[in-house]
Amino acid sequence: MHERDAVITGIGLISCLGEGPDAHRAALDAPGGFVPVVDGTSYAPYPVHPIVELAWDKQIPKRQDQRQMEAWQRIGTYAAGAALEHAGVKGNAELLSRTHMIVAAGGGERDAAVDAAILSGLPKAENPAAFLNEHLLTDLRPTLFLAQLSNLLAGNISIVHGVVGSSRTFMGEEGAGVDAVRTAVARIRAGQGELFLVGGSHNAQRPETPMHYAMGHALLAGDFAPVRARQAAGGGMVLSALGCFLVIESRAHAEARGATAIARIAAVESDRCNRSPGAATANAQRQLAAMTPGAGAAVLSGASGVAAPTQEELAFLDGLGLPIRATATALGHSMEPSFVANLALAADAVSRGSLFAPLEPGEAAMPGTLSQALVTAWGHWRGEGMALVTKA
Amino acid sequence: MAHTDSHGRPIVVVTGMGVLTSLGEGQQDNWAKLTGGISGIKRISRFPLDHMRTTIAGTVDFVPADPFCAPELSQRLADRAAEEAIAEAGIGTKGNFPGPLFLALPPVEIEWPQRQALAAATGRNDGVSYADLIAVADQPQFRDTYRRFLFASVGEHLADRFGTRGNPIATSTACASGGTAIQLAVESIRAGLSDAALVVGTDASVNPESLIRFSLLSALSTRNDPPEGASRPFSKDRDGFVMAEGAGALVLESMDHALARGARILGVLAGCGERADAFHRTRSSPDGKPVIACLHAALADAGIGPEAVDYINAHGTSTPENERMEWLAVSTVFGDRAGSIPISSNKSMIGHTLTAAGTIEAVFSLLTIRNGRIPPTINYHDPDPALPVDCVPNVARDAQVSCAISNSFGFGGQNVCLVMRAEPV
Repeated sequence: MHERDAVITGIGLISCLGEGPDAHRAALDAPGGFVPVVDGTSYAPYPVHPIVELAWDKQIPKRQDQRQMEAWQRIGTYAAGAALEHAGVKGNAELLSRTHMIVAAGGGERDAAVDAAILSGLPKAENPAAFLNEHLLTDLRPTLFLAQLSNLLAGNISIVHGVVGSSRTFMGEEGAGVDAVRTAVARIRAGQGELFLVGGSHNAQRPETPMHYAMGHALLAGDFAPVRARQAAGGGMVLSALGCFLVIESRAHAEARGATAIARIAAVESDRCNRSPGAATANAQRQLAAMTPGAGAAVLSGASGVAAPTQEELAFLDGLGLPIRATATALGHSMEPSFVANLALAADAVSRGSLFAPLEPGEAAMPGTLSQALVTAWGHWRGEGMALVTKA
Repeated sequence: MAHTDSHGRPIVVVTGMGVLTSLGEGQQDNWAKLTGGISGIKRISRFPLDHMRTTIAGTVDFVPADPFCAPELSQRLADRAAEEAIAEAGIGTKGNFPGPLFLALPPVEIEWPQRQALAAATGRNDGVSYADLIAVADQPQFRDTYRRFLFASVGEHLADRFGTRGNPIATSTACASGGTAIQLAVESIRAGLSDAALVVGTDASVNPESLIRFSLLSALSTRNDPPEGASRPFSKDRDGFVMAEGAGALVLESMDHALARGARILGVLAGCGERADAFHRTRSSPDGKPVIACLHAALADAGIGPEAVDYINAHGTSTPENERMEWLAVSTVFGDRAGSIPISSNKSMIGHTLTAAGTIEAVFSLLTIRNGRIPPTINYHDPDPALPVDCVPNVARDAQVSCAISNSFGFGGQNVCLVMRAEPV
């Protein structure tokens, strides 16, 4: 134990399984087994995991703020509010004035109707370039831009929740989420900050997102199958709408304000490689050496489902002899916040002292006590991350 | 002996710089034109301008990019700026940079040519929907589009090319991104996580939709004729910023690391301040408090008082609101001295390079210190009486500058201030 340990004191998690750690645990440990929540029709042939229905007013009280945001921002702003509330920071202007925010984000929604109308009109237009300019100028909502800029999730969190210590946004799919956490933990250890809000959101429930990853042949098409089971048929991701934020602070700071530490982030590492066979495994081996898990450990894998990296990662993890949960089966793959969401599940499970039930037949039950969790994040294209979450 | 600052942290120095703007490529060309009061703003020739209210920008047209799109050109500008910075620093070996990469990158988004290619593949001439695009998206010719428009793609390319260590961090804090990337590198070195870091800020976003988005927010100057007269920071008749492209790069090192390898030290990155503003999505708090706090934070981080500052490299976008707010903050922090501290805006000549601005203007601030010459604010013929600034009007000025501040502010309440010095405190 050290006063500069990075501990998690608040979790805000919303996904297809519900809102908050308890709802997630209940869904994962449902009597009779876990049931995936999947929308197989809206973006067929690609299934997605839809976000649970939420009362937005609960975390975003002003309707005007809600209207200024698109779904990805509402999801993230809601999750950020839930994390601040859980940590006892929400509404505390003194704490919020020195809360440092690191958001992992992609970009915002397009106006699908405007795009479709322009694409339909362009082939017939006498002057296509002039047609494009004219329609963008007249049909785009002026404020839509603010729902599209990557850093405007952070901007909305500042406005709605008053987080003003600092605000940074990292981009870069899965790796951005890992580095957001890694940077916060490193700054806590170095005394460059005491209190952090870290997380992100992802919205797969908009057509341009499945469209993009379909171009990369990275999606599961057709019927849903769990991450491990879907490998026999070539794998692929099932994307999700999900928001997750964590309040991470120094142990000393948490204790001084009487906050409960849910778990400790003992280590977090990130790296990259060109994904030649075995290269990501070599990175993971180096990372593991820096955080050797002890007794009572399990693995929460962020494997996306994409065949090559998922199969290489699962082969590596199977070699550790620990119980594994490939959580994308339940939460879907959420890109930027996927690692943060797995940290949230890990922290919650470690604090309960037990791992949730297997998500598919290929995963083993863990009857004993869970005291630490290894969390992995291999990006579907690039980036390898790992963390060790231990009891607070 | 370890070189530490007044807070006991490793001193962070700059040993290499690279810059590319609409004025040209490289420090030498840019500095000559910048101190010559030359503008890089011109009529846009990249795409047809029918219906556009704004028809000018500081585009970089001398760097080829194929297929043409923002991430491709941004990447190519970043390549060149980083190449210059690493060469000047003489650090590492080719393709093997001994530290991490911090990249300021504009948000990546599939653009109209790519969307139109998908639409064409549907074979439909009318009634094209996203469902149709999704149905054809897995055709093999779109594989490259998928990869090009991943947010990680630019950083991955740079990490491969320059051999930086670890996963690259690509940051966006809107128009403060360049400052944030520098701050991330400074923190990494101060925490002892790295001895050196490569910082690159790049932006090549002048395309029809980006221009229209800023235009719809009434953020852009519509003073199209003559183009070089449009960006007029601190002038009474300023009417908006001018979009521009470019890249800046810096090699940062701990002073100990730089000295140990016999590197030439170009300047000291002495302090960073940041503060988020919860007032509004695009507007700054009218009381200036977040920027005032940001300036104070940067000075405190550098371990100096406001009296040590000789020059301010303004954010100075040429929008009515920015300069009002920036002057409010500067006059509050610097008091009676505020009107006599030279405060000039590079954007009067290179336009607003958005994501890249913080790194480009850090390079120019360091060149100002090194050369003892302050670039002017051009187009200053009609002073705004509400802004009693010494903006170094129209003509460069020789002056000894040992400590400069560079300001960067962005949409989403983003504020970053950097303190740069000739020598450590």
